[in-house]
Amino acid sequence: MSLIRIALAGEGGQGVQSVAEILTEAAYNENQQTIYIPNFGLEQRGGVSIAFIQFSDKRIGAPKFNKADVVIALSGRAVGRTAGYSDENTLFVYDSGFDFDKEDLPQQAKKIIAIPAVDTANQKLHPKVFNIIIMGAVIGLTNVVSFEAAKEALEHKLAYKFEKDPSLRELNFKAMEIGKQMAEKSLQEEVDNND
Amino acid sequence: MEMLAPATPKSWYLPSKPHKFCPGCGHGITLKALGEAIDELGIQQETIFGCDIGCSLLAWNFFACDSTQTHHGRTTPVMVGIKRARPELITIGYMGDGGGYSIGSQHLLNSAVRNEKVTLILVNNTNYGMTGGQMAPTTLPGQITETSPYGRDPESTGYPTRGPEFIAELTPEGAYVARATVSKYKQLRRLIRNAIRNQIEGNGFSFVEVLSTCPTNWRTNANQTWNFLEEKMEQYFPVGEIKSPLGKGDK
Amino acid sequence: MEKIIGEPKKAFMTGNETVAWACLAAGADIMFGYPITPQNEVMHYWTRLAPKYNRGFLQTEDELSAGFTTCGAVQAGKKAFTATAGPGNVLMQEPFGMAEAMRLPVLSIIQQRGGPSSGTVVYSQQEVTLTTYGGNGEGHRIVYSTATHQEIYDYVIKGFNIAWKYRFPTFVLGDGYQAKMREPLEMYDPEDKGIEIIKPYPLIGIPGNIGESREPQHLCNIYSLEEELYEVLMKVSAEYEAISPEIVEFEARYCEDADIIIISHGVVSRAADDAVKILRAQGIKAGYFRPITLRPFPQQQLRDVIAQSGAEHLLIAESAYGQLERLTKQEIYGETVKIDNLFMPGVGIIDYDIIKKVKSII
Ligand SMILES: Cc1ncc(C[n+]2csc(CCOP(=O)(O)OP(=O)(O)O)c2C)c(N)n1
Ligand code: SF4
Ligand SMILES: [Mg+2]
Repeated sequence: MSLIRIALAGEGGQGVQSVAEILTEAAYNENQQTIYIPNFGLEQRGGVSIAFIQFSDKRIGAPKFNKADVVIALSGRAVGRTAGYSDENTLFVYDSGFDFDKEDLPQQAKKIIAIPAVDTANQKLHPKVFNIIIMGAVIGLTNVVSFEAAKEALEHKLAYKFEKDPSLRELNFKAMEIGKQMAEKSLQEEVDNND
Repeated sequence: MEMLAPATPKSWYLPSKPHKFCPGCGHGITLKALGEAIDELGIQQETIFGCDIGCSLLAWNFFACDSTQTHHGRTTPVMVGIKRARPELITIGYMGDGGGYSIGSQHLLNSAVRNEKVTLILVNNTNYGMTGGQMAPTTLPGQITETSPYGRDPESTGYPTRGPEFIAELTPEGAYVARATVSKYKQLRRLIRNAIRNQIEGNGFSFVEVLSTCPTNWRTNANQTWNFLEEKMEQYFPVGEIKSPLGKGDK
Repeated sequence: MEKIIGEPKKAFMTGNETVAWACLAAGADIMFGYPITPQNEVMHYWTRLAPKYNRGFLQTEDELSAGFTTCGAVQAGKKAFTATAGPGNVLMQEPFGMAEAMRLPVLSIIQQRGGPSSGTVVYSQQEVTLTTYGGNGEGHRIVYSTATHQEIYDYVIKGFNIAWKYRFPTFVLGDGYQAKMREPLEMYDPEDKGIEIIKPYPLIGIPGNIGESREPQHLCNIYSLEEELYEVLMKVSAEYEAISPEIVEFEARYCEDADIIIISHGVVSRAADDAVKILRAQGIKAGYFRPITLRPFPQQQLRDVIAQSGAEHLLIAESAYGQLERLTKQEIYGETVKIDNLFMPGVGIIDYDIIKKVKSII
């Protein structure tokens, strides 16, 4: 796999950094090269949280990047904050469950798609697994890691929670599956629309 | 907890609101009390507000008063410099327990001994908030922080600093020294106002420690946060005036 | 020595965590530190690991204290280290000066952040001047600038050894990106790689009875006469210069026929490496030179590379406004090659930035 760069952004507390951790852990376990750098400015207090992630089969250079292959913005503010990482090769994904100024969307993008992760989490699953739906969506959009590897890394990260409440395991795996399908579907729709 | 007065203090700088502290943080309550004290004393124009590096730095544009950010631990000497140069200004330094009792302790100690005519407000949240929750001089015995992951052990790291008590020992008669808590808002506002009045009257060094909350690094919900403040902290750090040259008439 | 890692093993972790493990594997006895971003997690991991391996930790009241307690522990014969950044690095210059003057093998990990003052807590390469020449002295220090987590691990282990072998304060210079990012590396016990661990030894509190089998130790750092200090400094300078060729480290690639050589250090060299490959693929003869030791600087090696390649241009790329450039220029004084720069103080540099700059020059 050649280099794939992802910028994942959301509100503090949405679990953006956990998703980045699990995905890169999964990629590492699959013997890929991977780098993940959180943003960690003063913005932590009540700001947008961004994870910069890279996957590759070769040694990865600079840890940060200016333009991403995929940008995922999980709140209205995150859209404005990350639009600059998008250029004509970028797949820009946002959650359809937020209101925001459509002018904040990037000027340049290969594609802009919306996915209903928040609504799905709230209505069909549980608000807490919102970020796991997103993780599934990242896999559906990019195939950066195998579904199995992601499951294992998730299991590893949340083992202590699953132990206390085994039903959480099913819930999380289901969230991932739904996220993946959601992403695949939206990509498909895009293709159809483009016809 | 008493009700917070709903009106916005006149001395607040509105473009910087809503403020950037975490939900449930005591910094916001303390700064509200300070804002009201500034309003009541009518000193917005001559106040110089100085903040430390710590979560207090988020207050750098909090007030519609001339303000300056300083360095971690160095707010006290910057305030002293301003006051010595322009005694007509009212200097209010705002810092955390790490900034005041740890890295800036020599400044606190020496300016107290010299009875510098400044007002300092120190927010005690029992940890280093801004840097992600390490042990502070005020961390309670047994309390878990990022650098006391097995709980603070007084054997190897000593007991929590009781700042106002030690400053009271160091200062001459004109000094004002008190401890307040964000759980008793009216008292908090009164003690801060007294600490500023003491500077205005030219009596001496004025210091208020404020017991505060840090739910983010304590990893507590609203209930646990208030319990920790009211039960654990207020027990170890008694609240009230320790030293006051102001007439007993002040209620 | 105690085996920490066992069989060499792959790990995927942050740079700060890597520091803590490397210190453990190198046999560090105690850490002194004061919180500062982006170094905090070195302390967080160390405080979790240290008690399990019977190692020590003290959070001091500030960086002055952290630096001086480290000096004290080293005098007492323990492998002590500290870690800091930004304004903390500024405060530590006083104890580092003592370490320089008294030849104390202090190891310090510096994770650069934006400056001056509180700057940012994120990233920069603005502590090069401070770390190499920050004291009120001559910069008798050894400074390794790392670029990968593997190097962080390797050079922390090496740093302890070099410090105790030559007795100059030694630094591993990282930055906020290296501190916070996760990437793969291999951890190992040094002896399994044939690395001999230099044992620490006390400078005070040494064996023997004073007046019987030994003289009392009187360590000093102040002299009454100018001439006395002069003599000491000339001796130390000569020693430093003599050992420098053994210590200098660098990387040079694609330089033989290069028209332009890109000079960078630390994490920026990763972008430079990528940039050079891309430029080569486009038919532009770019070369790559990276000092790994900033003090002592691989000046002869750089001069050789310039001479062999016949390059007309050097491009110095750094996340600072000329700190590496000043260092390089003073070291290769007299070379006639044209020196261009890409200064991006306090922000990251990627291959694209370097490629664009190179194309604007050639
Ligand atoms: C010289 C120096 N050392 C360390 C730091 C890093 N630093 C920034 S804020 C802080 C701690 C803040 O804790 P405290 O003063 O208790 O304030 P709080 O955030 O808890 O309100 C530290 C150690 C710094 N900015 N400068
Ligand atoms: S980290 Fe703690 S002290 Fe800082 S703003 Fe958040 S709650 Fe307040
Ligand atoms: Mg604090």
